[in-house]
Amino acid sequence: MSSMDTSNLTREKLTAMFNEDKRFDGRKLLDMRDFEVEYGVSNMAEGSARVKMGKTEVIVGIKMGTGEPYPDSQDAGNLMVSGDLLPLASPRFESGPPKFPAIELPRLMDRMIRESGMIDLKKLVIKEGEKVWTVIVDIYPINDDGSLMDAASIGCVAALHNAKFPGLTEDDRADYKNRTDKKLPLSGETMPVSFTFYKLGDNLILNPTREEEEACDTKVTFGISKWNGKYMVNSCQKGEETVFKRAELERIMEILPGKYEDVMKKLKSYIK
Amino acid sequence: MKVKRASGRAWNELRKMKAKVGVVPNADGSAIFEFGDTVAIAAVYGPRKLHPQHMQDPATGILRVNYDLLSFSVADRKRPGPSRRSTEISKVTEWALAPAIDLEAFPNTVVDVQIYIIQADAGTRTAGINAASMALAHAGIPMRDLITSVAVGKIDEQIIVDVDKVEEDYEGGEGATDFPIAKLARSDEYTLLQLDGKIPPERFKEALDAADKACQEIYEFQKKALKEVGE
Repeated sequence: MSSMDTSNLTREKLTAMFNEDKRFDGRKLLDMRDFEVEYGVSNMAEGSARVKMGKTEVIVGIKMGTGEPYPDSQDAGNLMVSGDLLPLASPRFESGPPKFPAIELPRLMDRMIRESGMIDLKKLVIKEGEKVWTVIVDIYPINDDGSLMDAASIGCVAALHNAKFPGLTEDDRADYKNRTDKKLPLSGETMPVSFTFYKLGDNLILNPTREEEEACDTKVTFGISKWNGKYMVNSCQKGEETVFKRAELERIMEILPGKYEDVMKKLKSYIK
Repeated sequence: MKVKRASGRAWNELRKMKAKVGVVPNADGSAIFEFGDTVAIAAVYGPRKLHPQHMQDPATGILRVNYDLLSFSVADRKRPGPSRRSTEISKVTEWALAPAIDLEAFPNTVVDVQIYIIQADAGTRTAGINAASMALAHAGIPMRDLITSVAVGKIDEQIIVDVDKVEEDYEGGEGATDFPIAKLARSDEYTLLQLDGKIPPERFKEALDAADKACQEIYEFQKKALKEVGE
């Protein structure tokens, strides 16, 4: 976004187009790009998914192992979300210690998944207080053309639904040679997805390309799901220095459920 | 109120606030801000020459924020040094404060804001932002307004103001929602928005209303503490 070199010309052109509810690729401001989900990214992973959304491509893999429960949750399994913005995926990503966007992506996905309650972590206990399953979600972009966060959220949900437990050895360790058909304890109803709203001037846009992202002033990400028949916002994070006004936030809250249903319709067709 | 708060507070009642300006004599500006048992200290150094030089901006000074927990501020000792959590909070705090300040008169400089949590009972980032905003004012940095911050939230279906640790860990019904916000005090412009939990989109307005009211109260408190420093 602001840190990248977007020419003033691009910004001006985009602003003029956004004012008329137009975009370079023919979408309206709040139109999403269509997406596809594929499975079987790695046969060594317990579950995996690839999401393609326009030219943006993200892969998500699930690994499971056994370990000790955290001191503050003896009666629940562990969830970890991690990932990296690989220099493979964009000339803008660099090797070395993770920069802020590489930290923010998995942290926001973690909060969205955890808070939605889509995984019943209590069903991941092997021996209470001693041994539990740890579910690790790893996110890697393969090609970044914007909206990595939102594509990753679809990938996380798909990969979690794709995952199957490895076997368990006699001493309670994961047995990767004897895999099972048992799926993770996931809610049938609750599937969170994230939507990042970008702002350029007074215009709000959804699902930007990299070029649009870089021209925008600020963004705010919301994770939303359905729980006991109600829409629930599970996570939120505003980025960059520009403010969001009250009226803009209220408008986003009105838009969210409809957009969620649109994505769900497609995503559910991929989840068996 | 459907759910009683463990602390006995009303749903819209803030914890007892304490604030003091000028607590770090070496700094150009400093302040302590407390929400109940959460204690944050902030110091401002600058505008001063920015190193490394390649980060300098000839058009404006820049703001640089560091937030962290002191090792003994939490039950399980926090390993000193930056974590993913503190890196994230430092960045969102920087974004929360930046809209209030204008550093165009100080090209090539940096204003460093150091925030440390001495004692943590939830709401550390919001207490830190309140302390930092006061410290910036104390340092005489040109500001549009103070930034005022609070975590509103929800336990089961009850909206609450100024979430404490017990409430953050609430598990009944719809569970706990933590919704830290910051805003330019006398505006409808929000500079920090984070959330985790479960809140229906149609109740967002209600939560923001509660946050706005609480922020007014905090703003008066910040101003009072800032006036006391000169006396």
